Amino acid sequence: MATIELQNLRHSYVPEPKGPEDYALKHMNFTWKDGGAYALLGPSGCGKSTLLNIISSLVTPSEGKVLFDGRDVTPLTPDQRNIAQVFQFPVIYDTMTVYNNLAFPLKNRGFSRQRIEERVREIAGLLEIEPLLQQRAANLSPDNKQKISMGRGLVRDDVNVIMFDEPLTVIDPHLKWKLRSKLKELHQSVQTTMIYVTHDQTEALTFADEVVVMEEGQVVQIGTPVELFEKPAHTFVGHFIGSPGMNILPAEMNGEGPSFHGTAVPVANPPARLEGNERLEIGVRPEFVRFARKGESGLPVEVLKTTDTGRYRLVFARAGDTKLHAILPEDESEAPTGQAEVIFDPERTRLYADGWLLEN
Amino acid sequence: MAHKTENPRAWLFVAPVLLLVAFNAFIPLMAVINYSVQESFGNNLFFWHGIGWFEQIMNSERFQATLLRQGFFTFIILAIELPLGVAIALTMPKKGFWVPVCLVLMALPLLVPWNVVGAMWNIFALPDLGLLGATLNGFGWEYNMTSDPFDAWFTMILMDVWHWTSLVVLLSYAGLVSIPDAFYQAARIDGASRLSVFRFIELPKMKHVLTIAVLLRFMDSFKIYTEPFVLTGGGPGNSTTLLSIDLVKIGLGQFDLGPAAAMSLIYFLIVLTFSWIFYTLMTKNDPM
Repeated sequence: MATIELQNLRHSYVPEPKGPEDYALKHMNFTWKDGGAYALLGPSGCGKSTLLNIISSLVTPSEGKVLFDGRDVTPLTPDQRNIAQVFQFPVIYDTMTVYNNLAFPLKNRGFSRQRIEERVREIAGLLEIEPLLQQRAANLSPDNKQKISMGRGLVRDDVNVIMFDEPLTVIDPHLKWKLRSKLKELHQSVQTTMIYVTHDQTEALTFADEVVVMEEGQVVQIGTPVELFEKPAHTFVGHFIGSPGMNILPAEMNGEGPSFHGTAVPVANPPARLEGNERLEIGVRPEFVRFARKGESGLPVEVLKTTDTGRYRLVFARAGDTKLHAILPEDESEAPTGQAEVIFDPERTRLYADGWLLEN
Repeated sequence: MAHKTENPRAWLFVAPVLLLVAFNAFIPLMAVINYSVQESFGNNLFFWHGIGWFEQIMNSERFQATLLRQGFFTFIILAIELPLGVAIALTMPKKGFWVPVCLVLMALPLLVPWNVVGAMWNIFALPDLGLLGATLNGFGWEYNMTSDPFDAWFTMILMDVWHWTSLVVLLSYAGLVSIPDAFYQAARIDGASRLSVFRFIELPKMKHVLTIAVLLRFMDSFKIYTEPFVLTGGGPGNSTTLLSIDLVKIGLGQFDLGPAAAMSLIYFLIVLTFSWIFYTLMTKNDPM
């Protein structure tokens, strides 16, 4: 158990990096609180696996330090750091039984037979794999193999952190859900810091107390699932999280506030001061877009089609060249067709400059 | 099952293969079986001899000695080439500039024709002119492959190790590079020692290629003919006369077709049985 601090971390796989584009991981300072359940979310190639491997010491950072409880562990090996990692594909020792697989990390550390027996039984119980203990691990199904991989991380009760690197990739969809809730449950019972890497927002949002969103080697936002949804710090987060993602419309300043194609759009964060050369964008989630009632005037759009998902209706529209999604509750009357006007909830419509949320 | 379409023309497509197999395998094998149960005289006169030749071969001290010699040879070269091949494969780089260099160096001995290998080593081992022979003699070992059975065996085994260890290396290497990095990383996190990594990750993952390696080396060494024949001609005396060399002596030297045919069948059955038992044992626990 430990608080994990990353200080001025940078990493490049190129021996002599020239510009920021050579860095797989750009400058980073971050603290993972002890006992937290974190998700590291981002598209493939955003540097999240690199970050994970730096924490586990499988990769040595080009610059910066990793601290466990204030102690510099940057030069230590993975087993000295006492961490556990579960990989994308289940790693099991084919020739051993399930029991011996789970006991392996303990045996290597010289635990007593009795202690090993206790721990293995306990973890097998948590993972519900007791009936398999005496079977050879090689012949099991992928989800059971992955449970064993997780189990090998969990048997050591003193690990500083358990990291999951997209652990559900090879699992059947209906088992994914089960394993995910199992993990959540495990976190509550063992209280070890867990970091869960994924590119799947559902996995991240259901597992984590706090989600770290990464893009192109840097952290773009850290927050609870609700914060990520309601107040994306970057258009990338808005777009990446949510289904469909946030609507992003190019904007220009028009007197007091921002506008889109000449229509003023009130936002929650009207800018105090602007350089004048930023690329401005208005971001609003489809959930906060509604059609104008009689007597109201809004942004003119062309409705292209409406699909009914059963729980809500999703409207595909176009404002000028920009695509726009709107989510309408099921109870509302007929969705408009053809030309219509939309209104954005001003409390939840935000202005972004060069991709980043403007602070006001 | 659904209705099957019958089209006699299909046989036309199979015919070339059938013909080829018939001419290069089936008919010659049948001829051998035919010879093995008959006594032959000149003018194509044949008499039924039953299992007489088989009894004669099985009871012959010459055959027993040769079989023992052959078993010994195969055992030794397997005992040397397998661990050595795996050890070399483990030390080879996994990526970078040296990979192709190592691979080409390893493949070189495999590219040399067998009789050339024999001739090369024959010259290499000459006690007065050969690099190996002269060097050993220079160090005070009175080395002479043509008069000393031990020296002959030593050279023959060294030659086979030189020629064929590469095969084991290449197969093991292929097995090693196919192990995903995650396995090594997981082992590091689990605190496994180098020995454990070999014992629990590398060896199990190499099991299939090593099974193939053992099978190939077993069959090839059991059938080996050209290299020892060119190297020692089976001598001194008959100390390096392996099964196939003896078989050629009986069949083509003495023209005893019956005993030679019986011997080749026994020989064939030994190789087949061993390979089958070995393969069955090695694949017994595999997941389907």
